[in-house]
Amino acid sequence: MIVELGGFALILALALAMLQTGMAVAGRLRRSPVLAGAAEGAALAGAVAVALAFAALIAAFAVSDFSVANVAANSHTDKPMLYKVAAAWGSHEGSLLLWCLVLTGFGAVLSRARGLPFGLKASAVATQGVLGVLFLAFAVFTSNPFARLDPAPFQGASLNPLLQDPALAFHPPLLYCGYVGFSVCFSLAIAALIEGRANSSFWPAWGRWVRPWALASWAFLTVGITLGAFWAYYELGWGGWWFWDPVENASFMPWLAGAALLHSAVVTERRGALAGWTTFLALLAFTFSMLGAFLVRSGVLTSVHAFAVDPERGLMLLAILGATSGAAFALFAWRAPRLKGGGMFAPVSREGALVLNNLFLTAACATVLLGTLYPLILEAANGATISIGPPYFALTFVPLMAAAFVIVPAGPLLAWKRGDLNGVIQRLSVAVGLALLIAFAGWMAFEPKKALSAAGIGLGAWLILGTLAEVVERVRLFRGPLAESLRRARGLPLGAWGTTLAHAGLGVFVLGAVVETGYRIEAARPLAPGQTIEAGKWTVRLDSVRVVEGPNYLAEQGRLTVTLRNGAAPRMVTAERRFFPAGGQTTTEVGLDFRGLDDVYVVLGERGRTEAGAAAWSVRVWWNPWARLIFLGPAIMALGGLLSLLDRRLRFGVGRRRAPS
Amino acid sequence: MSWLPKSPKARRRLWVVAAVAPVLALAVGLSLYAMRDNVTFFFSPSEATPDKAPAGRVVRLGGLVETGSVARAGDGEVMFVITDNAAATRVSYQGDLPDLFREGQGVVTQGTFLPDRSFRATQVLAKHDETYMPREVADRLKAKGEWRPEGGAAARGVPTR
Repeated sequence: MIVELGGFALILALALAMLQTGMAVAGRLRRSPVLAGAAEGAALAGAVAVALAFAALIAAFAVSDFSVANVAANSHTDKPMLYKVAAAWGSHEGSLLLWCLVLTGFGAVLSRARGLPFGLKASAVATQGVLGVLFLAFAVFTSNPFARLDPAPFQGASLNPLLQDPALAFHPPLLYCGYVGFSVCFSLAIAALIEGRANSSFWPAWGRWVRPWALASWAFLTVGITLGAFWAYYELGWGGWWFWDPVENASFMPWLAGAALLHSAVVTERRGALAGWTTFLALLAFTFSMLGAFLVRSGVLTSVHAFAVDPERGLMLLAILGATSGAAFALFAWRAPRLKGGGMFAPVSREGALVLNNLFLTAACATVLLGTLYPLILEAANGATISIGPPYFALTFVPLMAAAFVIVPAGPLLAWKRGDLNGVIQRLSVAVGLALLIAFAGWMAFEPKKALSAAGIGLGAWLILGTLAEVVERVRLFRGPLAESLRRARGLPLGAWGTTLAHAGLGVFVLGAVVETGYRIEAARPLAPGQTIEAGKWTVRLDSVRVVEGPNYLAEQGRLTVTLRNGAAPRMVTAERRFFPAGGQTTTEVGLDFRGLDDVYVVLGERGRTEAGAAAWSVRVWWNPWARLIFLGPAIMALGGLLSLLDRRLRFGVGRRRAPS
Repeated sequence: MSWLPKSPKARRRLWVVAAVAPVLALAVGLSLYAMRDNVTFFFSPSEATPDKAPAGRVVRLGGLVETGSVARAGDGEVMFVITDNAAATRVSYQGDLPDLFREGQGVVTQGTFLPDRSFRATQVLAKHDETYMPREVADRLKAKGEWRPEGGAAARGVPTR
């Protein structure tokens, strides 16, 4: 019954999305606030309907209703409740419903937004409606999560046990809030292309409406991607956290485009300049989101992340992507030349720095796109099957981003319109000196000595110190009484603190990524209980291995002791090898020993025999220096995004309330 | 500077070009350079002829793990045979096999051919899904009429055995 209601609610949501589109278009054409208002009502009702459908699906998973095909294929009665619920978005159908929920939910928030001009809002609501119609129709007609099975099986096939993990339970919702949040930027961009004029007051206001959406989506995406990387790090047991896999790139490209968008939207908001470019990026960010959905769900690319692979559905998604983005960019090509935002600026200025940032971000994004799609292009061209691995990205993406990072701290110090480069260099000179010192210290401290890694350490330090230098400058620390500085610090807008946190967080990430990649040490060897293995300054001893029983798995649990080489600072870790009878699968549960910023990462492998014939387990140990920072940095960045969002000037759904007259 | 255009608009355009051109050139240059050396070709055993996959070049080799071919030496060295049922290649690998590696199922390895045409794998690629067949392997098998979607998913024993 609940399942039928869910299916009904989904179809109702599709009808409401059609209604929303129709009424918004009619309301816009006839300039009828009544029709446009009804469209906004339909947007809200549609979101409620999708929420009901989603709740029904979760209910079906919670009670393990195996008469629903999706539940039977992805759940199992033995699973803990959290993973039963999370399995609702673990499959293609369920995750598509989640996509629709975010799409219509954000659409409903957009329809409640106050202060948007009538035409712009009606057009944006109509565009959001079209997106809703396309994706809901795709869900209803090709991927209905409520399809029944007859006869119903007694037991489900269970979700892939690798996905049975807290980080992965929350990874998709956050990721989708980011992916699909860009749909609102997309709709606002389309609306601006339809309604926009070469008007000096239109574009700053538009920038102010777009920015919170870009910021929120980007922050969600940051957290979502980081959770995914963290999951890959400790669940796959391969010792790494980013593999430049096509599916990872698919989530990374919208992030890069979104980062470019939120920077260029600042220029549009403050100065009315770059109107066409900001619109383009708004279209691009959601296009990359849809491209990602296509790449992940169609199986056209070989990836370590095999999602429900179905070429036919992939083709449908490609059609949706082609239709929406094709129409959007055609509209852009037609209308953009007329969009003159005004706002001239000198090359050396805040605007100039942001343009340069955008240039690097989009160029880096393009190299990622090329690396991801080139195997497809080549296969279509001459049938050769190739893969492009991490070295390609290390040679293209990394230098471009490194060049971008050099200018990051300078940006916020430059004045709008015309900046004083010499002044900025003077004010950053202390940070430059310290960063160089730290690079040298890094070169001395780590073995083996690597010049590039040391340069990377310097770059990370430069990002943090340069960003802090800007705050020091703004609050006039060390230049007057401390109380005065504190008063100034309190007076700084939240948005400025957001920028500071985001840029410093980037530096923290760079430090972690550089040191972990450059200096990690790996060791592997079969160990009988009592034997030890060494990795760098750590010694790991296998104490015992016993069999333990989990809720839906059996495991070999290894107890190991991690000590320094001289036996000091002992600490216990457990690493498991779990066998899930439901799917006949084995997974690895990594043992992680947090040592300050470092991780000692222990994987228990297969059981075998030593030469003497005793039972032994192959044990693999990584010493990952500064690995904490890799995940801490993006968390700080997302926090920066949140702070900026809370800035009064940008508050959600609030236009400029009663401008002082 | 007298050689700069007079109109501010043209001047700005010139600045934009001056900024865009080097970044674009850098991106294109790096991409072309990186593409030359870091593209890995995929072969099945019968395609991996010495002229296409000379010894020492990093390639990917994929196919089915021949049933009964997996042998482990004490030092973590694993040997197995990859076959596409038209040809077979001996593969050696040092390290732990991924959790989803099974006899009779599809696998993709990365490494180099040795002069004796056996394959030294540096990486055995794991897939997240036990029913998943690497697409290149599936395509090759389909082309040879050896495609069996069920893939023989006989699970190996529980770790308590």
